[in-house]
Amino acid sequence: MRGTDNMNLDTLRQLPLMGWLPRGRHLVIAIPYVWMLLFFLIPFAIILKISFAEVQIAIPPYTDLVSYAEEKLNVVFNLGNYLYLLDDEMYLDSYLQSIQVATISTLLCLLIGYPMAWAIVHSSPAMRIALLMLVVLPSWTSFLIRVYAWIGILKNNGLINNFLMWLGVIDEPLTLLHTNAAVYIGIVYAYLPFMILPIYTALMRMDYSLVEAASDLGARPYRTFLSITLPLTKSGIIAGSMLVFIPAVGEFVIPELLGGPDSLLIGRVLWQEFFNNRDWPVASAVAVVMLIILMVPIIWFYRYQRREMQENGS
Amino acid sequence: MTPIPQVKSKFRTFVLLAGFAFLYVPILLLIVYSFNESRLVTVWSGFSIKWYGELFADTLMMNGVTLSLSIGVMSASMAVVIGTLAAFVLTRIGNFRGQTSFAFLMTAPMVMPEVITGLALLLLFVAMSNMFGWPTQRGAMTIWIAHVTFTAAYVTVIVRSRLQELDRSIEEAAQDLGATPLKVFFLITLPSIAPAIAAGWLLGFTLSVDDLVITSFVSGPNATTLPMVVFSSVRLGVSPKINALATLIILVVSIATFIGWWMMAAAEKRRKAEIAVAMQNS
Repeated sequence: MRGTDNMNLDTLRQLPLMGWLPRGRHLVIAIPYVWMLLFFLIPFAIILKISFAEVQIAIPPYTDLVSYAEEKLNVVFNLGNYLYLLDDEMYLDSYLQSIQVATISTLLCLLIGYPMAWAIVHSSPAMRIALLMLVVLPSWTSFLIRVYAWIGILKNNGLINNFLMWLGVIDEPLTLLHTNAAVYIGIVYAYLPFMILPIYTALMRMDYSLVEAASDLGARPYRTFLSITLPLTKSGIIAGSMLVFIPAVGEFVIPELLGGPDSLLIGRVLWQEFFNNRDWPVASAVAVVMLIILMVPIIWFYRYQRREMQENGS
Repeated sequence: MTPIPQVKSKFRTFVLLAGFAFLYVPILLLIVYSFNESRLVTVWSGFSIKWYGELFADTLMMNGVTLSLSIGVMSASMAVVIGTLAAFVLTRIGNFRGQTSFAFLMTAPMVMPEVITGLALLLLFVAMSNMFGWPTQRGAMTIWIAHVTFTAAYVTVIVRSRLQELDRSIEEAAQDLGATPLKVFFLITLPSIAPAIAAGWLLGFTLSVDDLVITSFVSGPNATTLPMVVFSSVRLGVSPKINALATLIILVVSIATFIGWWMMAAAEKRRKAEIAVAMQNS
């Protein structure tokens, strides 16, 4: 089929005025490709470059790596920024804390999101669409405002404390806002839809005759779930987890608004290096190390997307 | 294939009630307290709509709204062009040199932490203005480029999945009958993927209007978008004005989602009916 198509195209191309055919194809590829190369790939090369520069008080506030003076071409790779990251325990702590917070939040999202996806899939078809829309709807409203909602709920004279004091359970308000618990709540709340959607898709695509067969053969529901449903929805679990974990590692808004001064997640550190300290080279080095840490999950997610595409396409 | 069994258990009811309560109670509280008279957001002191008046009187906020909406429209429109072309390349052109890196470049922005994307783009703009003298100043233009870059990836995913489930035989038939690839695309492919493009546009628009982190990096002194105004206000503490803004956003999004869903359902129905008619006539 493909062979005859190409032959047709080849003969067409030889006709007068048809010479644009291959060029049209190249143009279609080139527009998105060039845009993404220019505005997505090259910027990362620049981050890498500036992470080896030194900070200076000028515009722009960093030194050049390559200079030419007195007939000498000087290439200076300054490793100082990376050594500085290793030297100051604050950075190592931030990376570890970010990974810890992201991992726990991802697990919490999975624990809440999987049962929800399951419950939605096992509804009547009309109900399924309505519930799915209700899951997506909050993520179409403002992210910032959904995080803001929790400030009013968690703060000292907020709703939870007022309610508990009204019940007489507590006399003094509990400190809920500006704690790590608040950061967990915020991340789970904001990213839950991204966990539910891929699991929902995986559950919808599953072959339910296997579940039927298992229960016909006498397997209990939890056993059927563990040995049939769970393995068959693995792809959805991986995709959902990556969609929560990766942005959670670099999250800035949630720790800034809900976390305390000690919840210095790495996204917040990068922000402060850049905006408060105006140290662009160190901010770049922070970004490069974060990217190296996230490389494995990002490639994992990409592989999953690709497999998904090939399965759909066939 | 065995149909998906419907389960009616107490566990399922509990999961749905608890899950949706978690998702919606904070939003409902936001709305309720936007009508509170007191400045203390969480202490009820009587019904009032005065915060809506104050919201509309806040020129900083209103300028932010105008800027965000116009950047949103322009970003979504460009993202739809790039995303649709990319989706077409990924599903219809398939094999070419650099295909793998193309697919990776079109996926990566979705999972890249925003602080990294924002910093990377800012450094690019600074380097460009040093080398070529452009952009002379950061502002709406640089925000537009940044937003197109990260929203195009989302448009690609939506349009791609639609292109994949499309019946290719119609496109092939048109090609066999002598239509040029350009004609096939505009007469056959584009109308069939129009709902997906519309959905992609809306998603791109929402992401653009909502973005704070990337925008903060690439923005300049004269361009303060709505999320930037909201963020600097929220940092200082809760304010009923923000609740009023939240309520309006939630209202608009709910109505738009409902209309979009209704229109897509209607379009799908019409398309099926047209195909049925065409089948009968042939």
